[in-house]
Amino acid sequence: MTIHLSIVLWLPLAAGVLAVILPRAAARWVSLLGALAVLAYAIVLVADYDTARGGLQHVTDVVWIRSLGIHYKLAVSGLNLFLILTTAIVFTAAALWSALREGRIPRPGLYALLMGLAETGVLGAFMAQDLALFVVFFDLMLVPFYFLTLVWGGPDRTRAVLKLFIYTLVGSLLMLVGAIATGVLAAKGGTPTFVLSDLQRHPLTRSSQEWIFLVFTLAFLIKMPAFPFHGWMPDGYQQMPIPVLAVFTAILSKVAAYGFLQVAIPLFPKAAVHFQELVMLVALASILYGSAMAFTTTRARLVLGYSSVAQLGFIVLGIFALNSRGADGALLQSMNHALVAGPMILIVALLAARTGGSEDIRDMGGMAVRGPLLAAVFLVLTYALLAMPGSANFIGEFFILLGVFQSKLALAVVAFAGVVMAAVYALRLYIRSMHNRVGADVEPRELGWRAGVVLIPMMLVVLALALYPQIALKRGDRAATRAIAGARLVQAAGSLATAPAQEARR
Amino acid sequence: MTAVLAAASVTGPHIDWAAISPIVALLGGSVVVLLVGLLRARVVRHQVVPLLALLAFGAAIGLVIWQWDTDTLVVAGAMRIDSLTLLSALLVCSTGVAATLIAWRGRAARELAHGEFFALMLVSAAGMVVLVAAVNLVTTFTGLELLSLPLYVLCAAMMRSERSLESGLKYLIIGSVGSATLLYGFALIYGATGRTGYAAIAQALVAKDIAGDVLVLTAVAMIVVGLAFKASLAPFHQWTPDVYEGAPTSVTAFMSVATKTAAFGAIVRLFDTALLPTVDDWRPVWIAIAVISILVGNAGALGQSSMKRMLAYSSIAQAGYILVGFVVVTRLGVQAVLFYLAVYLFANLAAFAVVAARERETGLGDDIGALRALGARRPLLAVSMTLAMLSLAGIPATAGFIGKFRLIEAAADGGYTWLGIIIVIGSMISLAYYLPVVAAMWRDEAQSAPAPEIDGRTGLPALAGGSPEADPPRAGWEVQLVALVLGAATLAFGIYPQPLFDLVQSAARGLGL
Repeated sequence: MTIHLSIVLWLPLAAGVLAVILPRAAARWVSLLGALAVLAYAIVLVADYDTARGGLQHVTDVVWIRSLGIHYKLAVSGLNLFLILTTAIVFTAAALWSALREGRIPRPGLYALLMGLAETGVLGAFMAQDLALFVVFFDLMLVPFYFLTLVWGGPDRTRAVLKLFIYTLVGSLLMLVGAIATGVLAAKGGTPTFVLSDLQRHPLTRSSQEWIFLVFTLAFLIKMPAFPFHGWMPDGYQQMPIPVLAVFTAILSKVAAYGFLQVAIPLFPKAAVHFQELVMLVALASILYGSAMAFTTTRARLVLGYSSVAQLGFIVLGIFALNSRGADGALLQSMNHALVAGPMILIVALLAARTGGSEDIRDMGGMAVRGPLLAAVFLVLTYALLAMPGSANFIGEFFILLGVFQSKLALAVVAFAGVVMAAVYALRLYIRSMHNRVGADVEPRELGWRAGVVLIPMMLVVLALALYPQIALKRGDRAATRAIAGARLVQAAGSLATAPAQEARR
Repeated sequence: MTAVLAAASVTGPHIDWAAISPIVALLGGSVVVLLVGLLRARVVRHQVVPLLALLAFGAAIGLVIWQWDTDTLVVAGAMRIDSLTLLSALLVCSTGVAATLIAWRGRAARELAHGEFFALMLVSAAGMVVLVAAVNLVTTFTGLELLSLPLYVLCAAMMRSERSLESGLKYLIIGSVGSATLLYGFALIYGATGRTGYAAIAQALVAKDIAGDVLVLTAVAMIVVGLAFKASLAPFHQWTPDVYEGAPTSVTAFMSVATKTAAFGAIVRLFDTALLPTVDDWRPVWIAIAVISILVGNAGALGQSSMKRMLAYSSIAQAGYILVGFVVVTRLGVQAVLFYLAVYLFANLAAFAVVAARERETGLGDDIGALRALGARRPLLAVSMTLAMLSLAGIPATAGFIGKFRLIEAAADGGYTWLGIIIVIGSMISLAYYLPVVAAMWRDEAQSAPAPEIDGRTGLPALAGGSPEADPPRAGWEVQLVALVLGAATLAFGIYPQPLFDLVQSAARGLGL
């Protein structure tokens, strides 16, 4: 069966354009249909993936801009397969949530168009097998979020969104220079090419690798966000509309994590080894800082925002363990976190609706009284978020820590503190909102059908993955191992080179 | 005596009329427009004259396309018609078409009398083509003055507006200083080499081994300063914001794109042929100017509430980006320069068209407030403006992104990757002033009052119930057409830029690179 990735890629945008053209009332449904079609296609993609063969499948490769040597090359691999599926799931949830929303969204056509553009941008970044194409989509996917927040966001959005955009584009634009330099330097005077597999065959000199790697790392760490680069996050999170935030927090950070495995480590293995400890320390700082902030802030959104910082810290830690355990775990955890963080944000909206609009957890409490179903869904997601044994998140974190143990023991010990802290902030959010005394302005209500239709299937997906995580692990394993293979070779060569030196010294 | 007479009766140089036909069309068109403009009938002055100007620009474009593959020296080696000239001519004439459409029903053309306004614009465009084509110092200076003098008048076209007059005067004084400096530089070059032809100068510089001579260095410094004035590069930019703000919007649009195209065409040709032997001396200077322009332009544009002032500073920064393509002194770099000039044309003219449209629809002039809530009221104009801003900032899926990509690639290819980083640092700063424009247009109306509409005919704010039409006044279709077409081009070439690359492919062929 031939699957055209271009169809999957452009379908959301096409649905968005259709939603603008068709009458206003149809917009939300067209948008939902588009998202569902992508989801269906993504499921076919997963089912059709030949795990035994591995590698790039369903490759589309045409020259896009001849003069620049940029190819329009898309493919699925073990690395992006499940991230594509996750993207489709989260976007479908967001579209469903928006479609079922009580009361009209103003300018529904524009909303549908921008959400479609966002999904196309994210899918493009995941599928791209050309460095320049990756950069294009990586930058492009931010543009719809700017407008989505600007038009439908909170009261203080203009400033917040400017901050978000400038912060993240600082990284992206530097990455653009890095990408171009990679192509030009690898070509050594010939016509540059940006196809990833070609670039991998012509590794750069160590000094070039180092600065370009740092530029890419900076871009990814800002997008995640990781600890010292998270300045845009609190403001941005507060002002984004709920379904948009659900997508943003669930998916966009994963593009950055994926970028490490797809671009930064395979293309710049020497630099990845050189800076391994630096990046791991940043990841560790993110874990500790994110967790600490998450259990001190009182705004429900920010609890999730800072928990994201911590969780992404785990993922980066796993990737930079530079062994296949860590990479496997990071890949699985990317998917887990996306599937949990998305619905969690939606639940925050439900909580706020029951607290008279306040998202402060001090105003909440006792909502489980009349909402056992809501409490159950929330509890399952909370357990997944804190990586309770039995959840897929547990397996992900377990693999990550196993990988880190093997490479850097001391870091793993500290990282364990993060696991404990996750339990504290996740349970704190749950207990403060669901248990305790019923807050002054709280009206406990059961999960309505509109929210239930979105949240219960999402919860089931989380449960299914908890029961059978191998489905993702098995397909991702080889690709993840291959992504870090170059760096492992460099490490092995490095230890061979230093061993005789040490002996000589002795 | 007879000898002198015999010499006088010697036939002039052979003139390849076909090759210089675009220049002839522009100059001929200006004469026709000027004469027809003398007729008294209102319909002739208001409709026929602009139409004739459009025809002249259109004819020039057609002739450029007809001559596309020409590569020849004309008029006794005074000019070279090659693809650099023709491409620049194409850009200048396209700008002319857009500026004519914007000016058609504007105040400036009415006040200066239509015939004169459009005739001056055509002469100026002809001067630009001559400037780029020139391969002889004398022709270069002629072209420069031919382009500058009409612009001084055009800036002051709104004779009842103090700001417009101030703008014209300022431009006249500072422009003359620039021209004078340039002329001194040319004179010194002639003194050092004894030649005025570009190729001969390059030969003489090498043959006499005087590339590092003080006289030559002084000359080069003066030429750099003179041309930097014309291209409004920092630190020779101080006139730009005031002149751009005061001049009629159609003239500003024309100046900001066409003058820059011509100035860069001249810079590329002069420095990459005649002064190529002194490359090591002028390259650091131009690099410094590029960096300063990027930083000063972007910093100056921050916090400007006047759109024209903001675009003036932004154009300084954009000129700095373009200069990066030039200073690497490679063919790839020259192609990047021309490519970027084309995408800059689309975005900048689209922005100016929207500004001009809102100037006429609201009483707020070029203030950013005139764009408020445009997204809900005039989505097409708002989309054009948004694309223009995103393209100038270099966001993917717009032509500006591809242009920046090409410039950075040229920089990296020439071993100046750090200049690429300067470009992106500039782009980052630029987001802080491009995005507020976008934000003003797309934030919903509920929280920000829409710009007040004014009565289209009287130019005064509409009184409640006093307006003859229920509909708010609309700027003419032609202005919106310019905005839409160029906005669409920004998007289309952002997605599929290959045709534009093919266009600039041969641009560097005639140079000494």
